[in-house]
Amino acid sequence: MKPSPSRGRLSSTVVGIVLLALMLFPVYWMVNASLQPAGNLLGGDLFPLPPDVSGYVIALRDQGSNLLTSLVIALGSVALSLGLAAPAAYALAQFSLRGTNLVLLGVLITQMVPSIVVANALYSAYTDLGLLNSHVGLILADSTAGTPFAIIILHSFMRTIPREIIEAARVDGAGRVRVFRSMVLPLSSNALITAAVFTFLFTWSDFLFALTLTTTPTVQPITLGIYQYLGAHTEQWNAVMATTVMASVPAVLLLAVAQRHVTAGATSGAVRAG
Amino acid sequence: MRKRSRLVTDRSLNFRTGTGRDDGGVDARARRAPRARFGLAQWMFVVPAGAYLLLFFGYPLVKNIAMSFQQYTTTTFYTGEAPFVGLQNYSKVLSANLFSQAVITTVLFTVGSICGQFVLGLAMALFFQHRFPLSRALRSLLLLPWLLPLVVSGTTWRWMLDPDTGVVNAALRGLHLSSSGVPWLTGTSQALVSVILINIWVGIPFNTAILYGGLLNIPTHLYEAAKLDGAGPVMSFRYVTWPLLRPVVSVVLVLGVVYTVKVLDIILVVTGGGPAGATETIATRAYELSFQQFEFGRGAVLSNVLIVFSLAFALLHLRASRRALTV
Repeated sequence: MKPSPSRGRLSSTVVGIVLLALMLFPVYWMVNASLQPAGNLLGGDLFPLPPDVSGYVIALRDQGSNLLTSLVIALGSVALSLGLAAPAAYALAQFSLRGTNLVLLGVLITQMVPSIVVANALYSAYTDLGLLNSHVGLILADSTAGTPFAIIILHSFMRTIPREIIEAARVDGAGRVRVFRSMVLPLSSNALITAAVFTFLFTWSDFLFALTLTTTPTVQPITLGIYQYLGAHTEQWNAVMATTVMASVPAVLLLAVAQRHVTAGATSGAVRAG
Repeated sequence: MRKRSRLVTDRSLNFRTGTGRDDGGVDARARRAPRARFGLAQWMFVVPAGAYLLLFFGYPLVKNIAMSFQQYTTTTFYTGEAPFVGLQNYSKVLSANLFSQAVITTVLFTVGSICGQFVLGLAMALFFQHRFPLSRALRSLLLLPWLLPLVVSGTTWRWMLDPDTGVVNAALRGLHLSSSGVPWLTGTSQALVSVILINIWVGIPFNTAILYGGLLNIPTHLYEAAKLDGAGPVMSFRYVTWPLLRPVVSVVLVLGVVYTVKVLDIILVVTGGGPAGATETIATRAYELSFQQFEFGRGAVLSNVLIVFSLAFALLHLRASRRALTV
């Protein structure tokens, strides 16, 4: 007897849920561990019952300011990356400038440059310029992930804006900057959101620049906070895991709210994978 | 009046640039002076981003090459003295045992990670190819591991793989698969396997997403035709899916390699390169030489090795993506 198609599809759903449960088990385990009481080293309890929030209290006390630092840097990097990328992408997509292809090739290649190379050179430059341990320094360095990515995403969208629309606005007397601001940018809002989401996540997740371009705890992103915590507090795993849960919030939120954009960015193929 | 005439010129220029993609630049400029001015105005859109990219990619690339010929010490950043030493950094770094060991580890880490990510990602993508209730929601939830900061994933896995208190060994003991538990992070060969497994976990969602997109682009009538010809699932994968997916496959593999070769976060968080250097890759060695021993010259040598490797793959990537676009 052949199973009916709908039963076959339902069993796919069951298999899918099992697969996903396996894949997301570490995420569950992180949340579970964060809600266990301190010193529960065995950590074998499957459920955090009753949930204990003391890990979060300690984590917020120790890492609250680092979370804020990460937020400031991530937002700053979104602003800088989009501010640089949007006009450039527009020009590359619509102006038929000579050398456009060369510039795009260069942008693609920058995505392959290992961050450690950039960090090596920036460390000595930042030492001279006094940019170590500063928000500005980290924003500038972290935008090396967001800017090329945003240029590529925005360029591939802006190429699809019909030139006739832009010409028409120019005939009506709008200047280049005005066309860009009041026509091209609103039309590109979807691509801009995709670029912003990923730039935010790139910077929020950055570890290497945080590790190499800060030498004191004054400006410390949350990723570095977790790393330092790991070295010092291995007996307080609930606080460590509470910090990792809080550091995961933006990824979860953005996946929930901007799911369409995340999928668009992931499948664009231009994504640097991580 | 002046404004008006400028508008007209402007419009004709736009028309010109709108039609002729690559031609006419020199001609038009030679004939009309205003072209140059508007060309400049247009370039102003690109200049800030261009300057940024030159400063934050161009300069580091050049600087790394210069640094690799200089001797840096812990005092260099106070005294500013980094004497030129020729090829000494190269000969010291490249002849060291640690280097060949790091190369082997990097290759094992990269090949292991890519194979695992790709095979499991492809399996997932094929599974999701047929729609079923909740498939969309499950597919987007699957992206979560890829979106989490690597430090978060690394920390979680370190907790789970802890030989004494981790849940993985607890499960193995519970299932009577291993009485003493596996030294996931403390055994020299197990530690490398562990970081590879973690990296596979991180990479599956990305592979699934890209390959799924590639699968969607395969016209369904080809599958129907194959079915009419009596092809089973294996045959239709072999003769329809795989050939048409090949361009996307090469993009995924090349991007995967470029990313994996430079992974630092996971290794630093999970094993710190240990035990006994068993998980030291070129990237982690480069970090340690530069930022822990302040031997920036020697660190730069290893960074340059990474650059050469990445750029070689970048070229492969460009070729692969061009093929993906043209097919």
